Amino acid sequence: MLKKLATDTIDWIDQRIPMTRVWNMHLAQYPTPKNFNFWYFFGSLAILVLVNQILTGIWLTMNYVPSSEGAFASVEYIMRDVEYGWLLRYLHSTGASAFFVVVYLHMFRGMIYGSYQKPRELLWLFGMFILLVLMAEAFMGYLLPWGQMSFWGAQVIISIFGAIPIIGDDLTLWIRGDYVISGATLNRFFALHVIALPLVLVILVFLHIIALHEVGSNNPDGVEIKRKKGSVKEEDKTKFKIHEYYSDKKDIVDAIPFHPYYTVKDIVGVVGFLFFFCAIVFFAPAMNGFFLEGPNFEAANPLKTPEHIFPVWYFTPFYAILRAIPDKLLGVIAMGAAIVMLALLPWVDRGKVKSVRYRCGMHKWNLGGFVITFFILGWIGATPQTDFKTILSQITTVTYFMFFVLLFVYSKNEVTKPLPERLTK
Amino acid sequence: MSNAPVDNSRRRFLTIATSVVGGMGAVGAAVPFIASWNPSERAKSAGAPVEVDISKLEPGQLIRVEWRGKPVWVVNRTPKMLETLKTLDSQLKDPSSEEEQQPDFAKNPYRSMRPEIFLAVGICTHLGCSPSFLKGNFGEKVEGVEDGFFCPCHGSKFDLAGRVFQSVPAPINLEIPPYMFVDDTTIIVGIEEGAA
Amino acid sequence: MKKLIVGLFVLLPMFAMAAGPSVPLMKAGNDLTDNASLQRGAKLFMNYCLGCHQMQYQRYERTFRDIGIPTVIGEEQLIFDGSKVGSHIKNAIDTDDAAKWFGAPPPDLTLISRVKSPDYIYTYLKSFYKDDSRPFGVNNVVFPSVGMPHVLQELQGVPIAITEEVEEHGHTVTKIVGTVSDGSGEMSDDEYDQVARDLTNFFEYVGEPSRLESKALGIKVLGFLFILFILAFLLKKEYWRDVH
Repeated sequence: MLKKLATDTIDWIDQRIPMTRVWNMHLAQYPTPKNFNFWYFFGSLAILVLVNQILTGIWLTMNYVPSSEGAFASVEYIMRDVEYGWLLRYLHSTGASAFFVVVYLHMFRGMIYGSYQKPRELLWLFGMFILLVLMAEAFMGYLLPWGQMSFWGAQVIISIFGAIPIIGDDLTLWIRGDYVISGATLNRFFALHVIALPLVLVILVFLHIIALHEVGSNNPDGVEIKRKKGSVKEEDKTKFKIHEYYSDKKDIVDAIPFHPYYTVKDIVGVVGFLFFFCAIVFFAPAMNGFFLEGPNFEAANPLKTPEHIFPVWYFTPFYAILRAIPDKLLGVIAMGAAIVMLALLPWVDRGKVKSVRYRCGMHKWNLGGFVITFFILGWIGATPQTDFKTILSQITTVTYFMFFVLLFVYSKNEVTKPLPERLTK
Repeated sequence: MSNAPVDNSRRRFLTIATSVVGGMGAVGAAVPFIASWNPSERAKSAGAPVEVDISKLEPGQLIRVEWRGKPVWVVNRTPKMLETLKTLDSQLKDPSSEEEQQPDFAKNPYRSMRPEIFLAVGICTHLGCSPSFLKGNFGEKVEGVEDGFFCPCHGSKFDLAGRVFQSVPAPINLEIPPYMFVDDTTIIVGIEEGAA
Repeated sequence: MKKLIVGLFVLLPMFAMAAGPSVPLMKAGNDLTDNASLQRGAKLFMNYCLGCHQMQYQRYERTFRDIGIPTVIGEEQLIFDGSKVGSHIKNAIDTDDAAKWFGAPPPDLTLISRVKSPDYIYTYLKSFYKDDSRPFGVNNVVFPSVGMPHVLQELQGVPIAITEEVEEHGHTVTKIVGTVSDGSGEMSDDEYDQVARDLTNFFEYVGEPSRLESKALGIKVLGFLFILFILAFLLKKEYWRDVH
């Protein structure tokens, strides 16, 4: 009886919207390589963090006052007067940092396994746009508490636009809507932070997933699971039920349906992540000044700059590149180029083999060097400048870009290891 | 499906166990979101008890004070007004206030701690408008009754004990707030004796 | 790849050495669970600090509740200006006047323990020293040219700087390495240390009143997640027997 009611209801819905078809195509019969490892958790984790940010963000908006007179006090109101307000705020502030941790690791996964290579260039570009919007979102969100770092950080970042020839000064004035950062700036940032950018972000995430499901996931071996139709013996094809949308076009090997196998696996990843996330939220939400900076607990004061101004950690590698170059305009260009180069990876890398497992030794060293470079830049951008660090930041700026140059050069005629016919464990 | 035997009972148990525990987690995670809608410390502080000085409240006069953002009436009822109250039972919906709309101390015909001093939350129990105090001209609304409260929004009528008349939209009597006398001329609205 | 990860962990500690104050700070050693200390700290704050500094985001009532002072007693003994118990901890000082007297309005202290750190506050309270060249006759080691008097001087006595000659960048400079009381105060050194610690404790509490609640809840949440992790892990293993 109940069962009949359920199937009838589903039928009724299916005749009107493709619920079951979407479920099957994108989850229950969506072919996924069977050899995903640790690195493949970060995509689903990014969605988890996005949901956390949206939910806690909506709840913070209920008590936050977007005005230069009321913003700082309203944050303390949330922290003290609203029941569990402190938890909602810490979930949001820790979530911001977690978002970047997860996204950077997600991108690094793409780099080591060549997930940006053909046919996933557009997928990678959507991802890069997500990163850009995320940076804008984080930057604007950081102004909202209206603390000293909010104010002066925004001051510095907006001034970056002043480096653009001819229109620079007018542009910064237009962005601020005032001669200094003021309530006008706060209100427009608030509007963008809570409505415009999240909307764009969600649309981009949707496109990112649509693009992913069209080309299919890469995997740690970088060997495609979708083969030319008719090229695979019947007994080698995957035993699992795969949606016709995929199996009609291609022969599919070593694939398992996303649901239930990767749903149960991702739950493990989610709970494991939440463990670390909650440990920070409940025990060290300021993360020793890295997630919430000390000076930001002082209300914005346009007449007094804090002793040291640093962006939050996730911007520091790029900020260090900006500071490394003694010319304002060139510094801004270099910082922009640092991100543009990442977006161009699908074309910079001319290799035919995707995964680092089967690429030349040079590539391993190059990737390793890039990670170290990124960390050193991040450290320099987060600490006061000294002569030594200025030189170090210049060296690492060069090594940052050398990663791409070298990759472009050696990937052309790279000596690679033989690829396995089928996925390894 | 692969050839490995599937242990269905174990699988079902683990699925249910994980779902139940995970569901508990989801409920737990909802708690801060729901609880954050409760009145904040600021709201509670603003809703703290208020003191009313009634030393200048003349017989037959009404004053309004704000408590938790709502009007609270304080009326000094004359002996004549009190007499009238006793005659109205047949015209009222709930003359003896069976419906809990008052602290225990006000469960009496006058719905007050001291007969002459009447306190009520001045919000109509229909849709939340604040009724007007018609002094001497309430007879237009209810024949033979000189004083009462009349709600301009939908015409609900109440007597000077906040009891609702029959055949008006308001369902129940006006609410009586908790209050206590500090001395003969000072009332605190918001707390009862012994409850502090 | 493994080498790389190991390398990162070697690098990580470098990040921890982010900017710090130039003077080494003393360890406050305060304890947020010590209500007696918090209560003494609250009393010290109301008596010595509130004249000039406010805690404009913190309410009396909440403070009393959190540190175990019954409301009635708190109202009688700790609210000096007749404020309602639900109101913020403020004073009646006029900001413009204050700016005239001190050069700058005395900062709000609600969040001082988060802007600085408990250790900083403790060190600050113990680092005043007599300096007749300053308008209030005192200076501070961790806050050079401090713009306020040493209000706890009646407790500590007049602190005198201890100096040392040290080599720095090839020059010999005189550095203040500590202070010592002249003994004219009401308290012994140990007693004054406790005063500084109690105040620090109170400041740390007010900086983040949810800290203890957060810890208590956090332990439960982590315990729950641990159980859920085990279940999820077993569930994953069970399903993945199909694949392997």
